[in-house]
Amino acid sequence: MTALSLETFGAGKSFGDFRALEDVSIQVAAGTVHALLGENGAGKSTLVKGLIGYSPLDQGRILLDGIEHAISSPRDAHALGIGMVYQHFTVAPGLTVAENLLLARGHLPWGISWVKERATLDAFMNTMPFRLALGSTVSGLSAGEKQKLELLKQLYLEHRFLILDEPTSVLTPQESEEVLGLVRDLAHRSELTVLMITHKFKEVMSFADEVTVLRKGKLVGHTKVEHTNPDELAKWMMGETRIAAAPKTRSPVKDKAPIGLEILRLCVASDRGTTAVNELSLKVRRGEIVGVAGISGNGQKELIEALLGQRRFLSGKISVNGVPYRATRNEMLQQKVFSLPEEPLHNACIAGMSVAENMALRNFDSPEMRRPGWRINRTAIRIRAQKLIAAFNVSPAFPDRPIGTLSGGNVQRAVLARELAEFATVLIAANPVFGLDFSAVSDIQARILAAREQGTAVLLVSEDLDELLELADTVLVMTNGRIVYAVDARSADRTTIGRYMGGHASSPRASLGGMVQHDDA
Amino acid sequence: MRIFLLRLTAKMLPALPTLCAIAGALLMFVVFLALQGKPALEACQLIYVGAFGSGFAWENTLQRAAPLMLTALCVAIPARTGLIIIGGEGAVALGGLACAVIPMMLPAAFPATPALLLMATAALVAGGAWIALAGWLRQYRGVNETISSLLLAYIALALFNHMVEGPLRHPESLNKPSTPPLPEEYLIGSLPGLDVHWGLFWGVLACIAMYVLVRHGVFGFSMSVVGGNVRAARLVGLPVNRIVLMACLLGGGAAGLAGMMEVAAIHGSANSALLAGYGYSGILVAFAARHNPLAIIACALVIGGIESSGSLLQRRLDLPGATTLVLQGLLFINLLAWESLTGWLGVWRLRLLETTRNPNRAVHA
Repeated sequence: MTALSLETFGAGKSFGDFRALEDVSIQVAAGTVHALLGENGAGKSTLVKGLIGYSPLDQGRILLDGIEHAISSPRDAHALGIGMVYQHFTVAPGLTVAENLLLARGHLPWGISWVKERATLDAFMNTMPFRLALGSTVSGLSAGEKQKLELLKQLYLEHRFLILDEPTSVLTPQESEEVLGLVRDLAHRSELTVLMITHKFKEVMSFADEVTVLRKGKLVGHTKVEHTNPDELAKWMMGETRIAAAPKTRSPVKDKAPIGLEILRLCVASDRGTTAVNELSLKVRRGEIVGVAGISGNGQKELIEALLGQRRFLSGKISVNGVPYRATRNEMLQQKVFSLPEEPLHNACIAGMSVAENMALRNFDSPEMRRPGWRINRTAIRIRAQKLIAAFNVSPAFPDRPIGTLSGGNVQRAVLARELAEFATVLIAANPVFGLDFSAVSDIQARILAAREQGTAVLLVSEDLDELLELADTVLVMTNGRIVYAVDARSADRTTIGRYMGGHASSPRASLGGMVQHDDA
Repeated sequence: MRIFLLRLTAKMLPALPTLCAIAGALLMFVVFLALQGKPALEACQLIYVGAFGSGFAWENTLQRAAPLMLTALCVAIPARTGLIIIGGEGAVALGGLACAVIPMMLPAAFPATPALLLMATAALVAGGAWIALAGWLRQYRGVNETISSLLLAYIALALFNHMVEGPLRHPESLNKPSTPPLPEEYLIGSLPGLDVHWGLFWGVLACIAMYVLVRHGVFGFSMSVVGGNVRAARLVGLPVNRIVLMACLLGGGAAGLAGMMEVAAIHGSANSALLAGYGYSGILVAFAARHNPLAIIACALVIGGIESSGSLLQRRLDLPGATTLVLQGLLFINLLAWESLTGWLGVWRLRLLETTRNPNRAVHA
């Protein structure tokens, strides 16, 4: 096996009107580890999906070992020797290592001669720099071993150009080092060329030979790793600090404003049972927007779900307006806690119910929405919905239409109308404008700012740093389930934030020690 | 006029899958009989005659439809919260048993009305608790409710048989182990002017009450929210677990009541004749009614009618008694298959309604 070199010229891809990738030319030399760096939505996935043929590029050329090839399906990519290891495991947990390797081959005869296959697999294993017992069941392997199996699968298929999509996101630091070390050694033995998507600067600095940075679908930089440093990479990734747009007139947060939301040493488990939120504490004052930045998968989802009552928390305390809060309907009603979750159709609506009914989810059991006694008042629900639809520009303006038939922006507007129909003391928002069109975005952001002016405490978790810097008063960075950095949004330095997001801050605890959020004392 | 028709069509659209399923099932049934060289069309006609052809047939049908309405609620009410419960038979058995036990604990000459109330309460609680157990296992232990309710039904039936053949067996019931017969005055009589017991009245009443609750009640709305999207329900702070358990209690209670009616109106004591499969036929009724309590009344009549026509088929065409079961099976398969229309229904309904709103605009606009 010899490594394959890959070049793209002017690669581009559009989704509708949205230009996800524009004129990107990269060169990946044979036998190197090449890191592809960028924020969420920078176009990394679009580029590699084009290379693997999963979602072919609509512009540009792809050259392998200097010869141009068209890649229009994963089958083409496989035939050319390009393979990909996905962020999440694609192994069959109930089967053995040998069976998984054979399975990867795709076309199998109706009967398998295990004696022969075993011999071939043994011979294959002997040529590998690392080994797994062929007979062991995959479900018994550690995450690091599973990731090794993914690599073995690619090598078994004789792929010579390997794309790794955040290969260490499910591994412990020790496992990451081991797996990435193996990958680098394979590359340097000229058996493989590796293109690795990552967010972590540390991995780039210690394991990659070259690095390419994308931002907003465009190429911003390409260099040898030895010629760069994390600061420069962070600057490329986040963009130069923009010329501060004339700051919108906003009243400063009052020092003595009461605390709306307080989280104390909160621990929340993930679906896999690991600790996703680890003794996290934060405070949001009334009339303040606190933004939580971070690469997705660092516990934001679990934190939000715990705050919204969708997930139980293990320990710690949440208080709203100084009163303990466990996200029951009564507490929400009394303390006026509202929320704007991401993917509103999935999290906050019932697709099959009408817009009017969805708008009534918060108060269908309140005295105004029911007839005397136990009956619901559908007329009142409908009239109220009509008012909200008009006030929040939901389109089409039919209260009886199932909400699932509305566009994403209008679903979020309808949810916003429900959640901000009356004054909120606390608003919990998670990526509230993710995937929405421009007008919906500015509309919804304006509503959040208006709520702040009225004295709502807003916790805004977002993957979009631009959004946070524009809206928030204070920006916190969340990594590995903890707040590792806190800074005033007006004086925030994107590079520093980027470094903390990438987990490349030397000693996060120490740096937080100096910065105590809003300490009155 | 045209708008009225369109509105009516929009309202009736949800019945479309069931109508298609009935047509499909009949077609397959005809083929099934024709392949055996039996007079297929005559058989279909006999099914109709046996179900609705005479006063006697009607009474027979209504008699069977009464418990089906209640056992169908045992599927339909939990289904509002997103659960698929198929263990209604267990709730029927325990409801019947509870109803038979109460008179044994009452002093002699206890007045009939409070006794019947006690019997009904015991049946409601026994059936409700059994189904609520399946709901509890799901909410707090992550056990699939379809499987657990079915397995719990087997346990309930075993418990029923054990009690009836063992500790609670009446010494005089020799060939057919039974609990002691209910005192004459505790038996439920017939509806005035009909040879159908009062169970029919309570079955219809329960369906109407549940319809009103689901459609107009605040609690019914909460159930729809939980069944529609449990994440959204949690987001707005609804007590999801409590609502699910409540729905299971209501459904199980209905099935328990069915058991009580059968014991107190027909069998006179708890014995194995109670376990005639009403709990399982109720699943079919609820699916045919697409979990709409009002539609359950109509569907229970259809299924009850098919069941009661079995003897006529046996007598006239010499077909085995299981023939009507084949028809029911075909109906169930067809119901599940046609259920896939549901996705389209919403779109069609929307188009129809939009046409009624702007009759002059093109439909596809």
